[in-house]
Order: sequence, then C-alpha cells, then structure tokens
Amino acid sequence: MYLSATRSADAAAATPTGAWHRTLRLVAPNVVALGAVSLITDVSSEMVTAVLPLYLVAGIGLSPLAFGFLDGLYGGATAFVRLIGGQFADRRQRHKLVAGTGYALSAVCRPAMLLATSVPAIGAVLVADRAGKGLRTAPRDALISLSSPEGEQGRAFGVHRAMDTAGALLGPLVAFWVLTATVQQYDAVFVVSSCFAALGVLVLVLFVGDQRGKTGGSVRMTLSALRRPAFARICACAVLLGVATVSDSFVYLLLQHRLDFSPRYFPLLPVGTASAFLLLAVPMGLAADKAGRWRVFLGGHVLLLGVYALLLSPVDGAVLVVAALASHGAFYAATDGVLMALAGPLLAPETRAGGLAILQTGQAAARFGCSLLFGAAWTWWGPSQAVGAAASLLVAAGAAALILRPREA
Amino acid sequence: MIKTRLTVLLTAIIVLAVIATGYTLHAAGRQDSGGGRSGAFDLRTPGQLVFRDTEMGPNKDHLAAVPARDPGGARAVSDIACARFYAAAGTGVCLRNRPGLTPSYDAVVLDASLHETHRYPGTGIPSRVRVSAGGRMAAWTVFVSGDSYGGAFSTRTSILDTRTGHLISSLEDFSITKDGSSYRSPDVNYWGVTFADDDRFYATLATKGKTYLVQGEVGAHRVRTLHENVECPSLSPDGTRVVYKKKVKPVSSGSPWRLYALSLKTMQETPLAEPRNVDDQAVWLNDSTVVYALPGDFGTDLWTVPADGTGAPRELVGKALAPAFS
Repeated sequence: MYLSATRSADAAAATPTGAWHRTLRLVAPNVVALGAVSLITDVSSEMVTAVLPLYLVAGIGLSPLAFGFLDGLYGGATAFVRLIGGQFADRRQRHKLVAGTGYALSAVCRPAMLLATSVPAIGAVLVADRAGKGLRTAPRDALISLSSPEGEQGRAFGVHRAMDTAGALLGPLVAFWVLTATVQQYDAVFVVSSCFAALGVLVLVLFVGDQRGKTGGSVRMTLSALRRPAFARICACAVLLGVATVSDSFVYLLLQHRLDFSPRYFPLLPVGTASAFLLLAVPMGLAADKAGRWRVFLGGHVLLLGVYALLLSPVDGAVLVVAALASHGAFYAATDGVLMALAGPLLAPETRAGGLAILQTGQAAARFGCSLLFGAAWTWWGPSQAVGAAASLLVAAGAAALILRPREA
Repeated sequence: MIKTRLTVLLTAIIVLAVIATGYTLHAAGRQDSGGGRSGAFDLRTPGQLVFRDTEMGPNKDHLAAVPARDPGGARAVSDIACARFYAAAGTGVCLRNRPGLTPSYDAVVLDASLHETHRYPGTGIPSRVRVSAGGRMAAWTVFVSGDSYGGAFSTRTSILDTRTGHLISSLEDFSITKDGSSYRSPDVNYWGVTFADDDRFYATLATKGKTYLVQGEVGAHRVRTLHENVECPSLSPDGTRVVYKKKVKPVSSGSPWRLYALSLKTMQETPLAEPRNVDDQAVWLNDSTVVYALPGDFGTDLWTVPADGTGAPRELVGKALAPAFS
C-alpha cells in the first residue's frame, strides 16, 4: 500500500516546504487520509470544547460548578470502550469500520448539542462523544501502524499527530469567528461543527482503506500480546512514566501560580503547548526512525523533567512561559506518536489494535492516578513541593524504565 | 475510481459549506433584524416584569417586559441584549458577554429608560447580578476558569456604588469572621450577593469545600458567617428571610440543589415545595412568593413557588431568564 522507500532518492529539494511535501509523499496515502480525518474532526470537536463553558453558563444558564463534574469522571467508561474498540477491530480486521463508527458517533453528538438543555442531557451527549473518541483511537493508530513499513513508523505517526494538532488549534479560532460573526448564536457554532464532523466521516469513508490480514480479536489472543516480552516491557515503562506525568491542566495552573497573570490569558497556554507539538511532531518522528524510537521516547521524558525543573527554577516572566510550553510541546512530540511507533511493530498485525488499546489504556490510567496523587500533594504540601515530588518520581521511573527497556530497542 | 471519490468529496464540501455559511448568515441576520427598539419600556413602570427573552428568533437574549399580572401577554422587546439582568428603582444592570478567545464581559448600568450610563469591562462569564432596593448599589458575580487548582471554575464578585462610581472589583479582600473568629484562606470564593440596604448585604462564601451564608458591610469591608450550606441567597422584601439553594446531593448526581427558606431570626430551614433541582438565585415576587428559572425545551422558563414550603410550583412565563419586578 505504502510508497516504496527508494522514492526518497528522487525526493524534492530540502527547502522547508519541499521537506514537508517530501514527508507527506513518503508516508502512505492511508496515513495522510487518516491525518486529514483527524484534522477535520478535531476542528469540529475543539469548536465545541472551546465554547462549552460559555454556552452552558451564559447561553442556557447552568452553573459551571454543576458542569465541572462532567469533565473528568468518564475516564473509566472511555477506557472500557477503548479496549472493546481494539478488540472488535482485530476480530475481523475491520479497523476502518470500528474507527468509522467512533467518528460517526461523535459526529451525531454535534447536532444533539442543540437539543440538550439539561445537565443530564448534556452529560449524556458528552459521554457519547467521548465513547466515540475512545472507540476510534486504537483502531486508527493500528491502521496507521499497519499501513506503514516498520522503518518509517515514527514518520507516519509524526505526520498524523501534526495534522491532528493543527485541527485542534484551528477549532477554537473557527468557533470564536462564528460567535463573533453571529453575535453569540451558539446554535451556529454547533451547526458549523456538525458540518466539519460530517466531512471528517466522509473523508474516512472515501479515502481510508483497511489492511487485510489474519484476523485476531479473541480476548485470549489480545492478552497473549502481553506475553511478548518486548511489548510487555514497553507497557510497563509507559505505565511507570505515566505515573510521573503531571496532567496538562496542572502544568498550566502551576505556570499561572508562578506568574500571577490575568486569568483571561489562561486559555491561551494550551495553544503554546499545541504549537510546539505541531512544529516538532514530524522532526521527532523522523529522529525516532533514525536514532531509535526508545531513545526518543525516553528523551521526551527528559524534556518533561525540564518542564518540572523550569517550574522550580528562579526563571521568571515570558522566558519561563515560552521555555516551559516549548518543552511541554516537545515532550508530547517525542512521546505521543513515538510510543505507538515503538509498540506497533512489536505486535502481530492481528492483535495490533487490541494491543495498542491496552497500552493506551494503561498509560491513561497511570496518568489519571498521577493527577489524583498530584492534587493531594498540592493540597498537603503546596505546589512547589508537589512538583519536586513529581520530578523525583519521574527520575525514579526513568531509571526503572532504563532497566526494564526492551532489548530489541 | 479516485475521480469518482474526489467528485463525491468536492460535492460534499460544497453542500456542507453552503449549509455552514448559510446557517451562520441566518443566525447573524436573526440578530441584526432584532425587532427590539430602544425605549421599548421604562424600568419604573409599576407592576411590570422585565427579563431576558430566551425564545429563538430575532429577539433572543434581548430584554423584554410584560405586565406582571399577564406574564403570557405580548412582550415589549428592547434592543438591549444581556446574559444576566436585574433592576430596582429605575436602575438596571446588564451583564453582557464579549466574545473573544478568552471569556470577558461588560457590566452595563442602565437608567430607567434603558440608556447606558456606565460600562465596566471585566474577565469571566456572567452568572449573577443584583441591585439594592433603592437602586444605588449593584453587585455581580462571574465565573473565571483556571483560577483555582484542579481546573475547576472559581468566582469573582464585584460591588459597585452607582452614585459615586466606586467599584470594588473583588470581595476577596474583605475581612472574614467565621464562627466567631477571624479567618483567612487563599481559596475563598464569593457569589450571589443580595442587598439588605445600600451598605448591608448577604452572600455565599465558599472555602475548603463548604459554603456559608455571610452577612457583610460594604463600607467596613467585612463579612461574618451565619449558616452553613447556603448558596445564592435572596433576601425577602421585609428582610426577615432568605430563599437559597441548598446542596442536598453530590454535584455528580446531576441534581444537587433544592430551594430552601431560612429564617434569619431563628436560623430555621424550610424546604420549599419545588422538588426539582434549581440552579438559580431566586427573586421575590412579593412577600410570600419567589420566582426562579428552570431549564426548559428552549432556554429556560420562569416558575413560582410559595416561600413558606406550602403549595406547588407553577409556571409563570416560558422562554425567559433573569426576572426583575417593578
């Protein structure tokens, strides 16, 4: 399916656009198509995420305190759906069907927002949206992995994550443009978001192809992936490092705590992280293919340690914000897609979606545990002590990961 | 084959772009062609109910007025759009969202004929607003994201003296007497002010996961706690009781709050006869009845219930929010 690697010989000159063009040409059409689906879908979903608090409080008069609980509590439900999604995708090598169902479910949730006016109804729509996201993630990553040759997994995931992040950056801009143009008619935001979601599903249906192969999908087969030492070791490392990975919202709160800037700029902090992620996803993916994915993955956590160090250091002002957000985005660029690129080839094609689902779920659960621990540490000891503890934990987890690391990598 | 697929995609893009653009233009036009007009009604007209109209259409979010005796009657609609509104004695305060990448708002002070007299910009999402019975003092609460840890929302409450223009942009600096002794904590939040006169007020204070009814004095910059588990108090016209939302279930249940009345003399709590979850700061219709908003099919509806625990809830007017009586 993918373009032959020999094509790189006659690739275009090394101008920045040339390099980007060459990178795009060198990844499988399926990966570019999946990247486009993610980009369009993220525009749609981030439009809604960006206006949701405003809509609920100003638009329909709910208290955000009543809405806040919706935000973090469904991790368990999505984890379960994610495992199911991986399982089903493997069963008949129907990655496209399962991922498409996930995208379609989220797409249906957009117009449903127009009809939901009570907390339970909005809660139900948000849960369905997240279930769709949980369902599609593992089959999509498995399809990216299956569509790319083993030596170019890092490049493929880098291109996909860059396109995905570009959509996440565009979404809020489109939403606020629509809100400004219509003088705050939220229904227009939901209608435009629905159109993007429908387009995303259509691009998937038209341009993404399944990779046929042996079928898997029994629970026993998926679990047998964990008996492969290399994959099991990577799962263990991802979980260990995940326990020391402080969630994004805490990083932004710590920055705000250090700087005491106006809360109106608070929503712009994630833009900094996402921009660095966008710019560095492809270079990090290429570096991972060249220098070794394991090295880049572990190196990414050194960047995270750098973020913690900056938060504890006397560095202040704009330097702190720029350095911390750049490192934070680089951390994601070096770890998010790279972990999938690292683990994918270690899994047999017939267990790839299920195996990746286990890895992603383990990592997400570890990070959730870290949030709980970090929140408690912040309350008991204070913010800098909590960051100090997270940094120590990260060093310990990194050392353990060095011992545990897969021998093949 | 690829040609067919590209044709399908291109057609879909055109259709979807037409829908998205068309709907956006339609929504924008809905706002432009608003049927409201300035001077549509006067805030001092006795026996009048003013509210934010939430009915879909050209007047959505505009201030509208109906006779309090016939709330279902024809609405006089102004050209003033508000997220939250309150008025007393001819002074109106309209909290208006300002769109942008970060949420911000304007607090607009209106005279009796709905002309803007002052405007105070701020950061956050408007939530509550009240004016003292004499029309001199105004207080409002907005939600600010990311102020407290955990990504939760925190609140910021401001008090304005409309006569002198003196604005206290946050109550966070007021001194606190909690259960008889001085209290300080960085996590203090205030919301839901209700005025007793042009100096004394009641409000909700939240700290360490609990909420309290506080009585405060604007001039002395101080508050003291009176009672626990009280949010969004609303003082009765005779000043003897507050109706408030009490948290009876965890927020994760989806319906945590019920309306209660509290006697300020005996601190006796009485549940009102509204069994549903109410997330609003009630308004007193007279000395024995309160009005509050509940989510309806389109936006919100206004309901009434007796303030002494008897009777049953009754719908006052549909598709309305943020009522004020004159």
